[in-house]
Amino acid sequence: MSGLAMPKPDEATLGRRATIVADLRSIVPGEGVVETVNEMRAFESDGLTAYRQLPLVVVLPETVAQVSRVLKYCNDRNIRVVPRGAGTSLSGGALPLEDAVLLVMSRFNRILGIDYPNRTVTAQPGVTNLGITHAVEQEGFYYAPDPSSQIACSIGGNVAENSGGVHCLKYGLTANNVLGIEMVLMNGEVVRLGGKHLDAEGYDLLGLMTGSEGLLGVVTEVTVRILKKPETARALLIGFPTSEQGGQCVADIIGAGIIPGGMEMMDRPAIHAAEDFVQAGYPLECEALLIVELDGPAVEVDHLIGAVEAIAINNGSTTCIISNSEEERLRFWAGRKAAFPAVGRISPDYYCMDGTIPRKELPRVLAGMRDLSQTYGLRVANVFHAGDGNLHPLILYDANVPGELDKAEKFGADILRLCVEVGGVLTGEHGVGVEKRDLMPEMFNEADLDQQMRVKCAFDPNHLLNPGKVFPQLRRCAELGRMHVHRGQVAFPDIPRF
Amino acid sequence: MTTFTPTSPAELLSAVQWAVAEEAPLEIVGHGSKRAIGRPLQTENTLDLSKLTGVTLYEPAELVLSARAGTPLAQIEKLLAENGQQLAFEPMDYARLLGQEPGNGTIGGVLAANLSGPRRLKAGAARDHILGIHAVSGRGEAFKSGGRVVKNVTGYDLSKAMAGSWGTLAVFTDVTFKVLPAAETEVTLAVRGLLDDNAAAAMSLALGSSAEVSSAAHLPERIAARVADGMLGNEAATLLRVEGFGPSVTYRIGALKELLRHAGPLQEIAGETSEAIWRDVRYCVPFAGSDKPLWRVSMAPADGHAMVMALRMQSAVEVFYDWQGGLIWLSMEMGEPEDQLVRAAVKHFGGGHATLVRAAPPVRAAVPVFEPQPPALAALAHRLKAEFDPSQILNPGRMA
Repeated sequence: MSGLAMPKPDEATLGRRATIVADLRSIVPGEGVVETVNEMRAFESDGLTAYRQLPLVVVLPETVAQVSRVLKYCNDRNIRVVPRGAGTSLSGGALPLEDAVLLVMSRFNRILGIDYPNRTVTAQPGVTNLGITHAVEQEGFYYAPDPSSQIACSIGGNVAENSGGVHCLKYGLTANNVLGIEMVLMNGEVVRLGGKHLDAEGYDLLGLMTGSEGLLGVVTEVTVRILKKPETARALLIGFPTSEQGGQCVADIIGAGIIPGGMEMMDRPAIHAAEDFVQAGYPLECEALLIVELDGPAVEVDHLIGAVEAIAINNGSTTCIISNSEEERLRFWAGRKAAFPAVGRISPDYYCMDGTIPRKELPRVLAGMRDLSQTYGLRVANVFHAGDGNLHPLILYDANVPGELDKAEKFGADILRLCVEVGGVLTGEHGVGVEKRDLMPEMFNEADLDQQMRVKCAFDPNHLLNPGKVFPQLRRCAELGRMHVHRGQVAFPDIPRF
Repeated sequence: MTTFTPTSPAELLSAVQWAVAEEAPLEIVGHGSKRAIGRPLQTENTLDLSKLTGVTLYEPAELVLSARAGTPLAQIEKLLAENGQQLAFEPMDYARLLGQEPGNGTIGGVLAANLSGPRRLKAGAARDHILGIHAVSGRGEAFKSGGRVVKNVTGYDLSKAMAGSWGTLAVFTDVTFKVLPAAETEVTLAVRGLLDDNAAAAMSLALGSSAEVSSAAHLPERIAARVADGMLGNEAATLLRVEGFGPSVTYRIGALKELLRHAGPLQEIAGETSEAIWRDVRYCVPFAGSDKPLWRVSMAPADGHAMVMALRMQSAVEVFYDWQGGLIWLSMEMGEPEDQLVRAAVKHFGGGHATLVRAAPPVRAAVPVFEPQPPALAALAHRLKAEFDPSQILNPGRMA
């Protein structure tokens, strides 16, 4: 691991391993406990493969009661737990700890209910994102959030990460499409938040759980909203001589009151890599390529295609191709969807970043990245969810060259600092995990982080669930709980009082 | 009795710090437009945010607006309208229900009460559009959460956690919302004369189509006459709103007419009449001008009518439905808020929650206004409150 400090393993827990394994076997019988090094290898990292660690033991429960008993057992004995869904996290959210039980939810893989009148699907958390759509697509429905890992990532993991995708500008993130969950707290208590109704009562703990990266509870059931598929979808492929013009085109489309189903941008290195890989027919002489997808009834899509085309020409587009068939639309997307593996072909390794910026800052951030690229001597290719300002710079490096991973990580950190500097954030959809953990103070001051930690204290006061993730520094809840004001010692400026 | 009226976040911070030091609870108010919701407070001191105002950032092309928490909602809606934009979640105004002057309310109050309107079905509530907050906790600590960009998973989403917390966790100083283009046009298709169960079926059919219905309400017989100056007449009206670009709206209304051709007599309503109808649904006008106890019930949309039917066997009730039937405004004819009756019925038909949004103070002191939670969940909420407001300074007891 390149300089990443994880919580110091608890020697007592390591020493009791055999007992813990035996106890866990009594809770989850059969093949639900995996403890040999060879078998545990499969779980030693998630999608952020630069970091690897074998867990203490792997547990694969099958019932909510087992999850509850495992967590209560660990809570009572001060044993750490790392929850894991499909293990596709790009930020190391499911990275195991040496002294922690890895709680794998993959056996929770059943759809529990489909309710068309209420347009909901209720599923166990291990069902894949695409599995939900597959369950309802024959009736013409689908689940809108579509992270690029949707074939593999689990709906429980989507809740933990508040996953997005290319359609979230129009259809929202996971948080906007989840209606209810059942979850188990670290103390073993089972609680339900929301349901099939539209707004949950009391504090919005569902909103808080969504995107909490497995630090607050383990999701055991999810109810999501499904939507009827749009009647048609068409896309435009628009090339620009400069990224400024591409950025202005995006602003003008939104300024015209149009919210496309998807709006993606690629820079020259990404365009070339993608075109070389899948021959999508991308124009190679442009600096910025925009894919704009409009969906809805044909009459609406045709109307908006014309409007977007006019805006593109007005912004000096050098190419503007409109899809005339489903094959052509999919071909436009093929290059974008293959952008990551395409970049993988031109470099031994790449490191994917995930900052979000106010869209108008795109030219400044791209220029800054070019400078950083020279400073670090590493190439960078950019794909960009243009509608919502979410950047995915891909830093090209070679892990076999000593020091290059380290350099790539420093480059990435500088890009994220730049994102924060222009009013953006560290991560748009991949999560903080371990990857961006130590950058949190770039965005939040100590008081901000203290409030977040207090949430943690309400859910898991002993910091047993997924420790070492998200927060750069763990502070004891008792210490955080102290009040720092004393009677009579507070300054009173001149506030109007009556 | 002290009323603090801060004009800057720094002054607000000082006021809360004073309250923490003195262990003197505060009632947090903006315009006080929703003051009559929740358990009555008995605090001596008031923190009045009505002078903490001003839009601090509005970038239409970026779809983002930030304002001080005390900024009037009306001012923000006007500014957005001038730019062809809106708060897509249509925050409701409780004034007409609570016997107040309409048009008040602050943007901070919108978030604190997690307001929404008929477009909730398609666009969500305040919690779905909040991007970031600056706030002061009940410990007297200023903090921020979120940011000004739409896609952001950096840390816990405290902005959402505080949506609907009715000022009991922290006091907002600034809020940042996502804003969206306003629709070019709207048309409403009304199916007339349906009973509640047939209306629920018609709404399910419409929402399950690709017509992108943005709002669906059912006004039973006699209730229908109470909106839009009686323009709908007495007959029950099942209302489906379609919004968007002109040609698209025309096409989708056509598709709905075909879909619902056997459902009942159809009526197309456009322009100002359509807008007036949805405004009155949003503001719950059918139950305005009375002080009779009123429940706001949220449950699975398709199951609402069955719950009402069951309730009717035990007590005379008057209702209308929004959100495809998932939001039920319900008034008991006997005049007493039968909380156990209502809540048992909701639970029996799949669960949800019932809030007593209108009742006299003694009733609100005796009957739980907000849905009581199961023990483990209540304990969790209590722990969260204790973390953010350990000495019970902020709106103590309001949600109890």
